[in-house]
This record gives sequence, C-alpha cells and structure tokens, in this order.
Amino acid sequence: MSPKGAFPDLTSGRRPVGVVSFAQYDNVRREDDRNEVEMLLPVVGEVFGNIGITKDDVGFICSGSTDYLIGGPFSFVAALDAVGVWPPRAESHVEMDGAWALYEAWVLLQEGEIDAALVYSFGRSSMGDLSQVMAVQLDPYYLAPLWPDPTALAALQAQAMIDKGLASEADFAAVASRSRRSALGNPKAQVAYDRSAESLLEEDYEVAPLRRHALPPLTDGCAAVVLAAGDKAYEWCERPAFITGIDHRIETHSVGARDLTESPSTRVAGEKAGVAKKGVDVAELHAPFAHQELILSAALGLGDGVSVNPSGGALAANPMMSAGLIRIGEAAQRIWSGQADRAVAHATSGPCLQQNLVAVLEGV
Amino acid sequence: MSEREPVTMMDAATRLEYVFTAGVAMSKNLHGYEQGKFIGQRCPKCKKVYVPSRGSCPTDGVATAEIVELPNTGTMTTYCIVNVPFAGQSIEIPYICGQILLDGANLSFMGLIQEIPTDEIRMGMRVEAVWEPPEKWGPTLASVKYFRPNGEPDADYETYKEYL
Repeated sequence: MSPKGAFPDLTSGRRPVGVVSFAQYDNVRREDDRNEVEMLLPVVGEVFGNIGITKDDVGFICSGSTDYLIGGPFSFVAALDAVGVWPPRAESHVEMDGAWALYEAWVLLQEGEIDAALVYSFGRSSMGDLSQVMAVQLDPYYLAPLWPDPTALAALQAQAMIDKGLASEADFAAVASRSRRSALGNPKAQVAYDRSAESLLEEDYEVAPLRRHALPPLTDGCAAVVLAAGDKAYEWCERPAFITGIDHRIETHSVGARDLTESPSTRVAGEKAGVAKKGVDVAELHAPFAHQELILSAALGLGDGVSVNPSGGALAANPMMSAGLIRIGEAAQRIWSGQADRAVAHATSGPCLQQNLVAVLEGV
Repeated sequence: MSEREPVTMMDAATRLEYVFTAGVAMSKNLHGYEQGKFIGQRCPKCKKVYVPSRGSCPTDGVATAEIVELPNTGTMTTYCIVNVPFAGQSIEIPYICGQILLDGANLSFMGLIQEIPTDEIRMGMRVEAVWEPPEKWGPTLASVKYFRPNGEPDADYETYKEYL
C-alpha cells in the first residue's frame, strides 16, 4: 500500500482528516474497582497501540466528559493522567460527548499546524442517580425544579409521535428488536438479545408509551479515537475513514417550545455535512431511546437500503459522554474493513435530541 | 400591570448524591492506612513513586503497578499557618498545614504539623508521622494523627525544590 493514497472530495473543511484508530471500554453496568483514569488507561493504550504510535505522535488532545456524572470538580484534568502530558502539549476539553471533542480536534486539524490528535471521552452512570443528574442540565427556572428524568421526557416525545400518527409502539419495539439482535455481533455490547418485536411488546411500561426495551442501558464506559490529516492518515491506516462532512446544530433549551416529533437540528447538520450527496451504506445514530432512531432517520433522509446501527447503537450500550464518539468509531471501523464506503455517524446531547452532530465518513 | 412585584430571585435547591470509586491504586493506599502503612506506587518508566497513586503516571501515562511501602519519615517542603477560623474547624488555631514529601516519594501530600510552635516552622524541616492508636486505623489518612519534627537537621533545599 502506498503511504500516499487518494483523498475524497470534502463538503466540510479543506484538509482531509481521517479517523484512523478507535477503542472503547468493555461497557458495563457498574465499574466497581477502577477509577476513570484506570478505565481510560487501557483504552488510550489500545487506541495508540492499534496503529503503533505513542502520545508523542499526536499534537493535540481533546476530551469530552462532565463533572456532574462523577460528582467531583475538574475530573477532566485528572483524566489526563491516563495519557501523560509531559512534555506539555496542546490540550482541550468540552463538557459534552466526545463527538464534540472530535469536532474541536477536526477544526484544529483544519488549520494545518498539527497532523494528528487524540480524542477521548469518559462517563459513568453508576456513581450517582443518572435520572437526577440529567435533570440538572435542564432550564433552571421552569423545568429543572420539577426533576423530570430523561425517560419521562423521552416518553413525552414518543407519545407525541404516536399522537401525530408518525409511529406506533410496535415501531419502537421493531427498532429495539433489530438493534439488540445486531448487538449480538458487537463484543462491546452490554445488552444484546434475539427477541421478536411482538415479544418485546409484552413488557410492562417503564413510562408509557415506553417499555423497557425502548430504554438504553445504564453504562459505565469510555472511548478514544485518533484523527490524522492528509498523508499521515495513510501512514497509520490502510483505508482511513475520512471526515468529508461534519456539522452540529442546536435547538432551543425549552423542551416545551419544540416539536419533539422531528429534529430540525439534525436535518440542518445533515444537509451541511452533505449526507444526501451520495448513497449511504451505514448509519450509526446516537438514539438513546428506540423511537429517537425513527426521528433521526427521517431527519437525515436515510432510505431503506441503509444499515442503521449495525453495532446495536446506544440501545446496546450507552456510556454517557462516549456513546456519540462511539458511533463515529463504529462507523469508521466499517470503512476500514471495507464493509462500507460511505457512513453517517451521529451524536446527540441535551434532552429529547436537543443538539445534534452529524459526520459523513468516506473511504477511498 | 399586575400589582405583584416581579420575581427577581428564586430558590431551586439541588442535591445530588454519589458513590465514589477510589480506584484500584488509591484503594491500595487507603487499605495501607488500616495497617499503619504508607502505600505508594512506582512508575515503571520514570521510576517516580506516587503516594497516593491514582493508578497512572501523570508524566508517562502508564500504569503504576509496582507497590512501594514508604517510611514514616519525610521532609516538609512548604507550609502555611492557618489563623482564620472557619465553620467546622476541628483544630485549635493557629495551626500548621504542611506539604509532606515522604522519604523515597516523588509526590507530596498535605498534612497537619503539630508539636512545634508556629514561629519555629520552616521549609525543609524533617518530620515523622504520629499514628493514631491501631484500634482507630481505617482506610483514611486520618489514621495519621499528625506529623511532628523528628529532630534531624533540615533537608538541603536542592533535595526538595522540585516538590514545592
């Protein structure tokens, strides 16, 4: 393989930046022994080891996490111990899913001063009461004092879809059934099973109209990605997953002011990222609740021929702050292996799909 | 216009509870206090000893797997004298809060200094740990009652200048 390969046409940016390595933790319900640094250590080691590089080969490090999950301040600073930042190097952090950390790294790589970046994220749902922790992100005057948990808000969204005639409970069950069946082939999946949609509909409601199968698992985990630009991408990866388009958009903070049955922010991000320019083979969508996959697929205009969430998606494992970055990693893996030539990866943040990032990955 | 005054302030009390996971390395350190021992870990690459270790060498980013037991003696690299009363204060002011660099360690931690008048305190002072009686040992640095001067001559500045 020549170290210098061809580069795809870019919708976003001018410099081809490829996802060249990916690693994730064994997603678990509760990591009892290791702290965040000890969880990240093997993942960072693997993401470098996969392509035979060290921390000295990346010019920038960007992480995504939130102190609200851990209950301690500046956990992102402590987490840097897992990389070892000596001699000092450029480093940044976003209080968001790692997919947005990847976006920041991509922007820096566009400037051309560095050729490679490490992106990682971590989050543990087990340390606090996730339903309460998630309520703290809501508008502090009208919504947060009511402590609505994410499942209740998602149920409002699902019910709005039913009321509008856009989907039924059976459609939600079909998404969950397919995702968990796909997850059987994902060694990092936390929840995987082979059950028909009909049998899933026999489950009790968690919050009507959502039954257990429509909910994501609670997950402790972390993930890491290496990005490389230009020739460096081919130096480290036979078939880099080039980010040909990437964009993120946000909707209003107020859940009550949105039409929850659609995702205009995903639609615009998808348009800006050039999703519809060519056919899509695979889409990894960050849809923590089953019905949200339907909203996202519609917003991105994904046709029947697209393989959606072959990893099982966030229904298979939902490590907070990493489930979006993992979608990018999962999509990239399918480019590397040749299973896909063009993949869409999506990440979400905020209640009921408030903010959305869409990336298009292409192999040459 | 309503006769009501506009709302300019509201209370929205927030309380979140967490179960903290100390981690594998930190747990070894904490269990050490149950046995009256300072337990640190050594970086396989730069050979620095961290007490406590968080499981990784912050310089090299590799696991600090080797367990190192450290002695009771060390150097107080720097200090401050606490003169200000605050809520929940359990020690009579003024008292001395010092950074303790145990002999053989490459990371200092904060400790209470007693058995010395505050006007005699100085950087580089050699100190030793005074442990609580064994029945009060637990997985906490509070198993160490305090540190006190051990009578040795002060350490040379060059030996601890990296640890201020």
